[in-house]
Amino acid sequence: MNFPDNLKYTKEHEWIRLEEDNTAVIGITAHAQSELGDVVYVEIETEGEELEKDAVFGTVEAVKTVADLYLPAEGTVLEVNEKLADTPELVNQDPYGEGWMIKMKFANIADAEELLSVTDYKALVEA
Amino acid sequence: MDLKTTDLKQTALNDIHVALGGKMVEFAGYSMPVRYTSDKEEHFAVRENVGVFDVSHMGEFLLKGEGALDLIQKVSSNDASKLYPGRVQYSCLPNEQGGIIDDLVIYMIAENEYYLVVNASNVQKDWDWISKYNTYGVEMTNLSDQTSMLAVQGPKATQALQSLTDVKLDDMKFYTFEKATFAGVPDIIISATGYTGLGGVELYIPNEHAETIWNKIFEAGKDYHIQAIGLGARDTLRLEKGYCLYGNDIDDTTSPLEAGLGWVTKFTKDFVNSEALKKQKEEGVKRKLVAFKMVDKGIPRHGYELLNTDGKNIGRVTSGSMSPSLNIGIGLGYVTKELSKPGNEIMVQVRNKQLKAEVIKLPFI
Repeated sequence: MNFPDNLKYTKEHEWIRLEEDNTAVIGITAHAQSELGDVVYVEIETEGEELEKDAVFGTVEAVKTVADLYLPAEGTVLEVNEKLADTPELVNQDPYGEGWMIKMKFANIADAEELLSVTDYKALVEA
Repeated sequence: MDLKTTDLKQTALNDIHVALGGKMVEFAGYSMPVRYTSDKEEHFAVRENVGVFDVSHMGEFLLKGEGALDLIQKVSSNDASKLYPGRVQYSCLPNEQGGIIDDLVIYMIAENEYYLVVNASNVQKDWDWISKYNTYGVEMTNLSDQTSMLAVQGPKATQALQSLTDVKLDDMKFYTFEKATFAGVPDIIISATGYTGLGGVELYIPNEHAETIWNKIFEAGKDYHIQAIGLGARDTLRLEKGYCLYGNDIDDTTSPLEAGLGWVTKFTKDFVNSEALKKQKEEGVKRKLVAFKMVDKGIPRHGYELLNTDGKNIGRVTSGSMSPSLNIGIGLGYVTKELSKPGNEIMVQVRNKQLKAEVIKLPFI
C-alpha cells in the first residue's frame, strides 16, 4: 500500500501535506479508504470554523460504514474539496491527490511536529 | 475490527479468499471476506451476471426420527406439515416472550428426516433451544462444522452452473431442492433458494469437497463473468429486496407479526408462544417493520432514531445503507403502526440533522 514520504500522518488514518503560511491539505490514507470500501458521501460542513485538535470536522460515508474525520491540530478549516460532492469515489481512486478533503490553517505550526512520520504510520498500519 | 482474524474460525475456503485478495473481517466468530474488489462492483456483478458467496458460517442441523415433524412443528412458526421431500420452507423459531430465537430454512429430505439451516451467530442458541423441546426422541446432529455452503446467485447463475450437473437447474421451482451429483461429487444438496432475490442456487457441500467444487464453479462460469462476492454486497443485495437480517431487523424482542413475517406464522397448529402471538394478531400490532427510502441526502444506519414530522420518536433504524442500484439511502426500521403505510413521510436522525424519508412498499427494486 502506498504511503508517500512527503506527508505527515495521524493514528486516525489521515494524511497532512504541509504547505506555505502554516496551511495544510488533509485527506484520508490509502489504508483508510481500503478499510471503508466504496465512499459514497463526504459531509463536511465546517468550512470557516476554528476547531480544536481532534474535533470532528466532517464525516465520510461508505456503502457499509460511516467514519468521522478528526482535525489533526487546532486550526481553521479554510476550504473543502467541492469535487467530492458529486464524485466521492475520488477518495478511493486518488486518496492523496484529487480525493483530498480540506485545507486548514494551523493555529500553532509547532503542532505539526507531533504528527506521525511515514515510518511511524506504516508501523501503526502493519501492527 | 479489533479482533485479530487469526483468533477466528475459518471456512474450508479461507485460503482461496486470501489468495483472491479478499478483505477478511470478523463475522459471527468467523473470518469472512467482506469484499474482494468493491462493494458496489460486486453488488452489480450479482445483479447483472452471477456471483459466488461463501456462506459456510451458516449452521446446519439434521433431525431424524419419527417425531421429527412434531418437534419442528412445536419449535417453528410456519406449518411444516406442508413440506414434502424436495421442498424447502422459510420459518421462524419464536421464543416464549413474543420475540424470535432465529429465522431459518427447513428442508424435508425424506419422511422423518429434515435439514435445518440457521444463522451463524445463533448456532449454539438454536441447538440448545430445539434440544430443550426435543421430548420426541428425535436424533439431532449438528453438521455445521463439517458443512460448507455456497450461494451462487444472479440472473446467469443457473446457466453458468448447468454443465456441472444433470439436474435441470432452470426447471427447479423456487424453494425446492434436489440431492444429486454436482461437479462430480455425489449427494450435494442443490437448492433453488437465496438471499438476493436474483435467482440462482445454494449448495451444501461436505468440507473436504468445498475447494474442488469452488474451483469447478469458477471454471464453468468463466464465460458468464462469474466472480467471488463478499458479505458487503450480500447485505446491500438483501436490503434492496427488504429481506430481514437476524440481529438487525428481527431478534429476541421483535415479534414475527411486527416484522411482517405473518406469512410464516401459521395458527393452524400449536407452537411455542402461539397463543400469545395469536392474541397479538387479533388485537393488532403496535409497531411494524417498514422499508423507507431517503428523500433528503443521507444514509440511514442501524440504530439511528426514526421520528415523525413533529420530531417525536417513533422507532429505530434496524438496517440501513446506500443502495448501490438506486444511489440513495435506504433502510428498514420499526415505526408506530399509524406511520407504517407506504407514502408516509418520516424523519431519520442522522447525526445532528433530521432528514426526510418516505415509507415504501417492498422491494426497493
